[in-house]
Amino acid sequence: MSAEVKSIPMFMALVRRDVKLAWSQGGGAMLALGFFFVAVSLFPFGVGPAPQVLARIAPGVIWVVALLAAVISLDRLYQADYEDGSLDDLMLSPIGPIGISAAKVLAHWLSTTLPLALLAPAMGVLMNLPDQAYGTLILSLLVGTPALSLIGSVGAALTVAVRRGGVLMLLLILPLYVPTLIFGVGAVDAAMSLTDPLPHMALLAATTLIALVVGLFASAAALKLALE
Amino acid sequence: MHRFANPAQFNRLADAILPWATGAFVLLLGAGLYYAFFDSPPDYQQGESVRVMYIHVPAAWMAMFTYMVMAVASFTALVWRHPLALLAGRAAAPIGAVFTALALITGMLWGKPMWGTYWVWDGRLTSVLVLLFLYLGYMALWQAIDEEEKAGRAASILALVGVVNIPIIKFSVDWWSTLHQPASVMRLDGPTIDGSMLMPLLLMAGAYQAYFAVVFLWRMKLEINRRKLAVARQVSMHAPVGAE
Amino acid sequence: MGNDLMCRRGGRIVFDGLKFEASAGDFICLRGSNGSGKSTFLRTVCGFLPQAHGRLVWSVGGDESDHLPTEHFIQSGHQNGLKPNFSLRDNASFFVSLASGETVSHQDMRAAAAVFDLEHLLEDSVQYFSSGQRHRAALMRFALVRRQVWLMDEPTVGLDAANREALGQLIANHVAHGGIVIAATHDPLGVEGLELNMDDFQPKITVADEAWL
Repeated sequence: MSAEVKSIPMFMALVRRDVKLAWSQGGGAMLALGFFFVAVSLFPFGVGPAPQVLARIAPGVIWVVALLAAVISLDRLYQADYEDGSLDDLMLSPIGPIGISAAKVLAHWLSTTLPLALLAPAMGVLMNLPDQAYGTLILSLLVGTPALSLIGSVGAALTVAVRRGGVLMLLLILPLYVPTLIFGVGAVDAAMSLTDPLPHMALLAATTLIALVVGLFASAAALKLALE
Repeated sequence: MHRFANPAQFNRLADAILPWATGAFVLLLGAGLYYAFFDSPPDYQQGESVRVMYIHVPAAWMAMFTYMVMAVASFTALVWRHPLALLAGRAAAPIGAVFTALALITGMLWGKPMWGTYWVWDGRLTSVLVLLFLYLGYMALWQAIDEEEKAGRAASILALVGVVNIPIIKFSVDWWSTLHQPASVMRLDGPTIDGSMLMPLLLMAGAYQAYFAVVFLWRMKLEINRRKLAVARQVSMHAPVGAE
Repeated sequence: MGNDLMCRRGGRIVFDGLKFEASAGDFICLRGSNGSGKSTFLRTVCGFLPQAHGRLVWSVGGDESDHLPTEHFIQSGHQNGLKPNFSLRDNASFFVSLASGETVSHQDMRAAAAVFDLEHLLEDSVQYFSSGQRHRAALMRFALVRRQVWLMDEPTVGLDAANREALGQLIANHVAHGGIVIAATHDPLGVEGLELNMDDFQPKITVADEAWL
C-alpha cells in the first residue's frame, strides 16, 4: 500500500466538520456568544453604572466572562463524539490522536472563541472601556484564548467518560487558566494606563505556547485512555 | 513484568522502615519544636511572630516535595504501567494537600501581623493556591471514574500537566517583586538566614519528612490491602460454583 | 496472527490463551456467549486495548508489526458514529476524508449507498432515520473505503433478511478479493469461513491480579 498519508485533507475535514457542528442545530457556538453578552451586561447592575468603576474593572470582567463562555462550550468537545461512537473512528484516522486533538481544538477556537474575541469590543462599549485599550483587548484575546481551548481540551478529554463530567472539568482546568488570565488582563490594563503592554503580551504568548505542547500531548494520552 | 516491586515485598520493606521513621519523627519534632519556641532568638524586625516560620516554611517545602513524589509516581504509572506507582500517587496526594493547606493557613496567620493582611494576590500565594487546587483535582478525578486503573491513569496525566506549576511557585518571588520574601535557605550562594534560626528550621523540615514517610507508607499499605480485598472479593464472585 | 493472547478489563481477565491466524482471503466468524469477550477481542485488534500478555503479529508487505497500522483496516462498533444533524452524504463523505483524505465521487457514493438500499436517503438528515437505517448507514463505510482488514462488531443487529444477505454478499466479495474479515455475530451470514469461539478461551482464573493475594 502507498506510504503517503494525506494528513492535511484529513485534518481539515475534521476541522470543517466540527465548525459546522458548532454552528448547526444544538451546537455550542451561539450559546457561548449569548452567554458572553448576557453575563457581561449583568455587571453594570452588580457594581453600579458609574462609568469610572465600569472602566476600571472592564478588562477583568471581559476576560473572565470570555473565559467562562469558552469553558462552557468546551465540556462537550469530545463527549459528543464519545457518546455516538465517532471518537473510535477519529482515533483510528491516520493523523493519530495528537492530530485529532489539534484539529478539534482548532475547530473549537475558530467556531467559538474567535467570535468571542471579535465580539469583545462591543462588550468594551458596554463596560465603558477607554478608547486606547480596544486594540490590546482584541489582540490579547487572540493571543491568549488558544491556551484556553488547549488546556480545556485536556480537561474535556480526561472527563470524557465521566457522567456529568462538566463540573469536574471546571474544577480541573480553571486553576490552570490563572496565568493566561493574569497576563491577558495585565496587557489590557497596561494599555488602559498608557504603559507598554508588550511584556504582558510576550508572557501571554509564552503561556499559549506551553499550553500548545503540554495540551496536545496530554489530550491525546487522555483520549487513548478513555477508549480503553 | 512487575515482579521487581511486588506488593508483598513492598509491605516487608515498609514494615522495616516504619518504626525507624516513626522514631525519627518523634525525636525531630520534639527537638525542632523545643528550639523553635524556646531556644531561638526572636527576629530583630519580626519579633516573636518569626516562630511561625518553623511551621510554615517546611510545610511549603513539603507541599512541593510531595507534588514531585506524586508526579514521579504518575510518570512511572503511565510509562511502565506499574500498579504500585498508581497507588503511590494516590497515597501521596492527600498528604500533599494537607501540607499545602498548612502552608497557606500558617502563611495567612504570619501575614496578618507582618503585612497587615491575611491574603494578597501575589505570585507566590496564587501559585500555591493553584497547587492546592491541583491536589484537589487529582483526588476528585480518582474519585470520579468508576474503573480504578483508568481513574488512576487519568489523574496521573493531570498530575504531570500540573508539574508546570512547580517552577512557577519556586521562582514567583524572584519574577514578581511582591510582599512575600525571597528564598533565604535554598539559594545557590548559600543560606542568608542566621545559624540560630537555621538549625530549628532544618530540624522541623526533617520532622516533616519523617512524618511524610510514616503517613505515606501507612497509606500505601492501606491501599495495597484495599486492592487485595477487592481482588479477593472478585475471586469469590467469579469462582465457578462447586469448585474448590 | 495472534498468539496466546490474554486480555483484561477492570482487573478481570476476559479471555486467555487465545490463538488465531488470519491471512488474505479469510473470513473469521467470532462466536461465543454474551460477555465472552468478542468486543474486547475486536477492540484489542484495533489497538484500543492493550493485551495483558501474548503477542499480536501483523505482517504487512513483509514488515512485521505488533499492531495493525490504521491505514489497513476499518472497524464498526456498537455505536454508529453518525452525526444526527448531518445528512447521510455528509456523514459518509466525512468518514472517507477522515480515513483517507480523499473525496468521494458522486458515483461511488451512490454505489456504496445502493449496497444497503440507502440511495433514496442520501440527502436526508440522519436524525430522522430508524435504528435499522442508521445501522445500515454505519455499515456503508465498508463499501466506501478500501481497506484490507474489516473488523465488525455485531454487524447484523437490526438488519432485515434482505440486508443481511447484502452484507453477506459484501463480505464474500471482499474475501474473494483477498480481504480479511473478522466479524462477531450470532447470525449466519451465508459466507464460508473459519470460526473462532470465544467460549474456548475462557480463563481458569478470572481475576488478573491474583499476584496481589
